[in-house]
Amino acid sequence: MSLFEHHLYTSPLKRPSRLLRAGWLTASVGGALLAAACGGSSSTGGGGTTAPSATPSSVCQGTTAPPGYTNGVSTVSGQATSLSGAGGTFIAPMMSIWTSQYASSNGVQVAYQSVGSGAGIAQLQAGTVDFGESDAFMTDSDISKAKGPVVQVPLAQAPVTVAYNLPGVTRGLHLDGDTIGKIFAGQITSWTDPAIKSLNPNVTLPNLPIAVVHRSDGSGTTSIFTDYLTKESPSWVSALGGPDKSKGKTIAWPVGIGGKGNEGVSAAVGQNNGAIGYVELAYAASQNLTYADVKNKAGDFVEPCVKTAASATVGITSYPADLRIDVVDQSTNTDAYPITGLTWGLVYQNQTDKAKAAALVNFFSWVLTKGQDMAATANYTPLGSDLQKLCIAQLHKLTLNGSPVAP
Amino acid sequence: MPPPADAGGGIAVMRPGVSRVSLRRQRRRWGDTVFGSAVALTGGLVLVVIVGMVVFLVLQGLPAMQHYGFFSFITAGRWAPSEADPTLTHPNPYGILQFMYGMLITSLIGMIIAVPLAIGAALVITEIAPRRLQRPLSSLVDLLAAVPSVVYGFWGIFALIPAIRPIVDFLTSTLGTVPVIGVVFGGPFFGVSYFTAGLVLAIMILPIIAAVWREVFRSTPRNEKEAAFALGATRWEMIRIAVMPRARSGIVGASLIGLGRALGETIAVTMVIGNAVLHINPSVFSQGATMSSVIANEFTEATEPFHLSALFVVGFWLLVVALIVNVVARTVVRRGVAL
Repeated sequence: MSLFEHHLYTSPLKRPSRLLRAGWLTASVGGALLAAACGGSSSTGGGGTTAPSATPSSVCQGTTAPPGYTNGVSTVSGQATSLSGAGGTFIAPMMSIWTSQYASSNGVQVAYQSVGSGAGIAQLQAGTVDFGESDAFMTDSDISKAKGPVVQVPLAQAPVTVAYNLPGVTRGLHLDGDTIGKIFAGQITSWTDPAIKSLNPNVTLPNLPIAVVHRSDGSGTTSIFTDYLTKESPSWVSALGGPDKSKGKTIAWPVGIGGKGNEGVSAAVGQNNGAIGYVELAYAASQNLTYADVKNKAGDFVEPCVKTAASATVGITSYPADLRIDVVDQSTNTDAYPITGLTWGLVYQNQTDKAKAAALVNFFSWVLTKGQDMAATANYTPLGSDLQKLCIAQLHKLTLNGSPVAP
Repeated sequence: MPPPADAGGGIAVMRPGVSRVSLRRQRRRWGDTVFGSAVALTGGLVLVVIVGMVVFLVLQGLPAMQHYGFFSFITAGRWAPSEADPTLTHPNPYGILQFMYGMLITSLIGMIIAVPLAIGAALVITEIAPRRLQRPLSSLVDLLAAVPSVVYGFWGIFALIPAIRPIVDFLTSTLGTVPVIGVVFGGPFFGVSYFTAGLVLAIMILPIIAAVWREVFRSTPRNEKEAAFALGATRWEMIRIAVMPRARSGIVGASLIGLGRALGETIAVTMVIGNAVLHINPSVFSQGATMSSVIANEFTEATEPFHLSALFVVGFWLLVVALIVNVVARTVVRRGVAL
């Protein structure tokens, strides 16, 4: 089973060998998650056992149809044959599929360094890469440190799951924002707490202390997750001392175990009965984690999957011109999975090299059309159609010595 | 008696006034110059690198040091980058006492476990094991010393933690309930902890210390050992009077190499310590962080105000603490070794 196979139903994770393949070694030195994950491809067995969920969710059944966008920018001629980029680790496995496919279909080599969102922004500011990538958009102060205005293009939607390890409890535990907030603030310390029980009247919860697991490295995943907690959980906000301190890539976690990277979090969750942590969907699905159905704005408990994450931008119409928008917990759609953010590609608006400018526009246009079809099959979430149109429009903003690269 | 004219390269005879300098000697003098300056260069380079590193760390850490004050980092024990505010200079959200504590406590646990075991292992290999077993045992120790630290961390998570869990659960439910000392052994135990990190460090440094000691013990002249036996010494007395006194400086050196590796070890510790950076957790079975682990964890996304700069400050103090511990350990071990 590869990292990108779609798992609908899963058994609780107890699988050191899978974690081995998923690349503790490489990820800890900064990336190449994909290469390691694809290294071994034989299953240890048992991954396909169907466990009954606490509440069957019909939305996530079946395969996800690729969006099939065709509205790309018409190809700009005279492009360079190589591009370099750097940024978040979240998009890295997706990016390596994109870059290898793009190299074989279009003959352009795109080298992507999976160094983290902060480092991606820093490298763009220093001008050492052709494009940057980040799980949080560049703020005004970030842009002021760059060499000019930056065009920010969402590349995919990024759902974050709340994964847990409870003996006897299968997937689909119901949790709402305030309960999750209290758990991560250390205010709910036992799985038999009335707050959890009242959300799950039909589930027999084991009498275990809760082991909170969070990221120890600064992360866009943390940013998306704590953004949701900040919007939904007053207890979380007051425990952290205000909304400015309760969301971001680094958090002063009051309790818990810090795991390095998604793999560190999932290892710690897998090893401790009673553990709870947050992991990106693509990773959680490939690792067979059990994760919760989370309450959204419409009041429904929604299972995270590509379909429900795609619904997270349904109904949002008021996008700002620079597309710097926070979509976490915004949609009122009943199927929307609320802990869903965006991940951004970052390019200088005023390009100076004609060949590089052409290659950038062509690559991003391809990612926003054909690339989106590949996303769904890899457990990444394609952009909603409204947002995708605006992203294509962003590409038209790129200029070369004052005139548009793609008219 | 004057030295013979062809005496091999004695510098004393190469006076500029000597007229009959053979071609061969001239070439040799040139070679000496090259060799001398090459050695001076490499020696100097080491100094330049060390000084350069300190200067670099200080320069990079300067913005945070100027903002919060030089000593404010080591008087605070709360690390909360998200609370950093560029307009506030107090309190310092980048306190590093808990990392110093984590580094020292894990190294201490590691040394307490590793040193006696390493002495035993080295003595078994050199003095006690049958000759046939000495060589394989010896290579096994060398092999262990060559295992990369990331593998130790990995093994720590998946093999060591499940193995020690029942023992630690027993300790937290017994020792952990005793008043006063219970604070140090309190639960619940979630696998990753100071203690786990210390244990992994012990296993990492054991082969290094044992390998050096093995060589030190081997260097004892055979006739001295036999002389000890001839005087009626038992095997232990022989080790005490013939082997140990000669090994003293080697023992100090080996312990320091082990301690050095324990203090600076990053990735294995990061994988098993639990990375709780906010404050010191009193129980050795709870999660913590070390100075090197916080750098490894946070430098890629150090986006808060003064965050990256503060990490350089951590690096600077890491260097200072490592230096102080080395000096202190050298003194203590030297005195303690006088058996």
